[in-house]
Amino acid sequence: MNGEILGTVLIFLFTLLLAYPLGKYIARVFKGERTFTNFMNPVERFFFRVCGINPNESMNWKQFLKAMLTINMLWLVYAMLLLIFQHKLPMNPDGNPGQTPDLAFNTAISFLVNCNLQHYSGESGLTYFTQLFVITFLQFVSAATGIALLVALFNGIKEKTTQNLGNFWNYFVKSITRILLPLSIIVAVILAFNGTPTSYAGKDTITTLQGDTVQVSRGPAAGMIAIKQLGTNGGGWFGVNSAHPLENPNYITNAVETISILLIPIALVFALGFYVNRKKLAKVIFAVMTILFVIFCAINIYYETKGNPAIDKLGIAQTTGSMEGKEVRLGAAATALWSVATTSTSNGSVNGMHDSLTPMSGGVVILDMMINALYGGVGVGLLNYFIFIIIAVFMSGLMVGRTPEFMGHKVEAREVKIAALITLLSAFLIKGFTALAAYMVAHHPEIGWAVKPGAWLNNPSYHGFSEMLYEYTSSNANNGSGFEGLGDNNIFWNVTTGIVLLIGRFLPIIAPIAIIGLLANKKFIPESPGTLRTDSYTFGVMTLAVIIIVTALSYLPALALGPLAEYFSLY
Amino acid sequence: MKKNLLISLKMTLVMIILCAVLYPLLIAGIGKATPGGGKGKTVSVNEKVVGYENIGQKFTDDKYFQGRPSAVDYNAAGSAGSNKGPSNPDYLQIVKDRIDTFLVHNPGVKKEEIPADLVTASGSGLDPHITSASAYIQVKRVAAIRNLSEEKVKVLVDQQIEKMILGPSVVNVLKLNIALDNLK
Repeated sequence: MNGEILGTVLIFLFTLLLAYPLGKYIARVFKGERTFTNFMNPVERFFFRVCGINPNESMNWKQFLKAMLTINMLWLVYAMLLLIFQHKLPMNPDGNPGQTPDLAFNTAISFLVNCNLQHYSGESGLTYFTQLFVITFLQFVSAATGIALLVALFNGIKEKTTQNLGNFWNYFVKSITRILLPLSIIVAVILAFNGTPTSYAGKDTITTLQGDTVQVSRGPAAGMIAIKQLGTNGGGWFGVNSAHPLENPNYITNAVETISILLIPIALVFALGFYVNRKKLAKVIFAVMTILFVIFCAINIYYETKGNPAIDKLGIAQTTGSMEGKEVRLGAAATALWSVATTSTSNGSVNGMHDSLTPMSGGVVILDMMINALYGGVGVGLLNYFIFIIIAVFMSGLMVGRTPEFMGHKVEAREVKIAALITLLSAFLIKGFTALAAYMVAHHPEIGWAVKPGAWLNNPSYHGFSEMLYEYTSSNANNGSGFEGLGDNNIFWNVTTGIVLLIGRFLPIIAPIAIIGLLANKKFIPESPGTLRTDSYTFGVMTLAVIIIVTALSYLPALALGPLAEYFSLY
Repeated sequence: MKKNLLISLKMTLVMIILCAVLYPLLIAGIGKATPGGGKGKTVSVNEKVVGYENIGQKFTDDKYFQGRPSAVDYNAAGSAGSNKGPSNPDYLQIVKDRIDTFLVHNPGVKKEEIPADLVTASGSGLDPHITSASAYIQVKRVAAIRNLSEEKVKVLVDQQIEKMILGPSVVNVLKLNIALDNLK
């Protein structure tokens, strides 16, 4: 067991070791400096020429957002059509059916917004065609969208006074050709050599040693798994995601996949420092995020390796920890680390079933998604954190009696209003919809949807409530993991989570870009001794306090009804 | 708007070709060089495929070492965990029943010796492994049914343990049972 815990520490340290140089590299890529991937130049030039793009054309915040929203809208229509008609398309060796319109609505949105909530099971709900042309495709482009938006934020922070946030198309293409694609190829090859399938062959039928006939699902999975980990997407090839022994064959692949979850989100924090040339700012942000991340990891590793007290009472030995929903080759500690990594970064892949986590760990992963800014999704994590910064700037301004400033720009009523609304929006969406779902379960259990509300919950009592709370929290955070016992493939969940997904993605990324667009347009005020420095550790503590206070005020009552109540009923 | 839409259309096509066609083909090509040729590593007995190395299979017969409980009865075309919460009374009853069943089939084993992974369902429903403790505890039963000495079966288990420095030490149930069938 101690070896397993040491393993989790080493995995995290190794991630940091890789993330630092990667962050430096990412900053160079977007500054347009020379990097070893310059051999991609001709490819990118070709793309720009074909598409009619001038990559040096400057965009203000509105133009930037318009370009981003237009292409995202197009992808939504494209994805939904393909999913509905997938049974009429080629590359369907297993003969899987088309998705129902409500499921296609949910799936298309879910992958568009980098969430990857899956109300289908990979083996039977998609064809190889849609796995590649919808799922894998969207996993690349939605991650690249996030990174491109973040670079716009970087530009707004870097320049003294500017309207120019850079060129969306330029950043979007380079995110794929210089970051996501090369890293994905490396990870996919590692997976392939450890036993993850890559071929387009369909299901195999075998007779087992004991004489049973079994069908084994396969497919070109390795490439998709690589980008789902690296792009904080999280939607798995197989139904059980990276708990599946073909999706995550051994301890080594598990380490590689865990690193892949955290790598780009952490690297982007460092990239901020290098790009805007304020390394201290990046350090402070990294420190705040890491403090909470490490605390969450410690809690989950403690409770998962300790085992389920209700099983202790049955009188058996849990020397390997709480094993329900976990895989023996990965172990409880590695699954606990993954559970925090995947919810911190809005990845949402799992290597064990979160529904079976012990209550405190289950609560931590929900809380982690409520914060949704500890490293966060590729690009969007820092955008979320930026909202917390604006609120912290405002609060500190009130406390010291000065006009709040961020990086030499006055933060005024309009910016603070936007930030405050975004913070309240999450709480409203999560709690409002959870309340609606709970109402349906309690008062309309017999409605004739594909799954009746009375049959939604796989577990009774507090834990059943947690299943619903988790689903909307995950949707709003664009995370995509779930307490998967929930019977969610029916029109109620497909439509409501679809709505939460859309709002939960686009408003929280439009808002920071609007704020930085407005700020960067203002007159630059040079720093004076009276300036509250946002790149100081004092301000880091302030941001940490804001994160804790805002989250606690918004969500503690909801958490008390679910995981906390379950905790006190068991311990 | 019109300009953006035109660019978006073209950009989408370009990225489909890059990310959904070329990239998976490249990985599939490299995959051909891997063990199993990218189709999954199979295990054969007398040149007949009896399973996939990484896909757990159902063993119900007492003469075989048994794997972990599976929420989907080892259906490798529909993986799933039980998704049972830790405080669910129905779930705890199921675990209790599994413990009782195990004790019936393994006389002489004390309850507190049963490793947790043998009575809890795996995450995938296809877990190919058990812990080394879960293999050792079945040695007595398997040896008795097969009329083998316990010592001999235990040595076999020793050989099948895949030791990991950081991760857990595990035993692949399918490989162990194939080796067991080969014991004279």
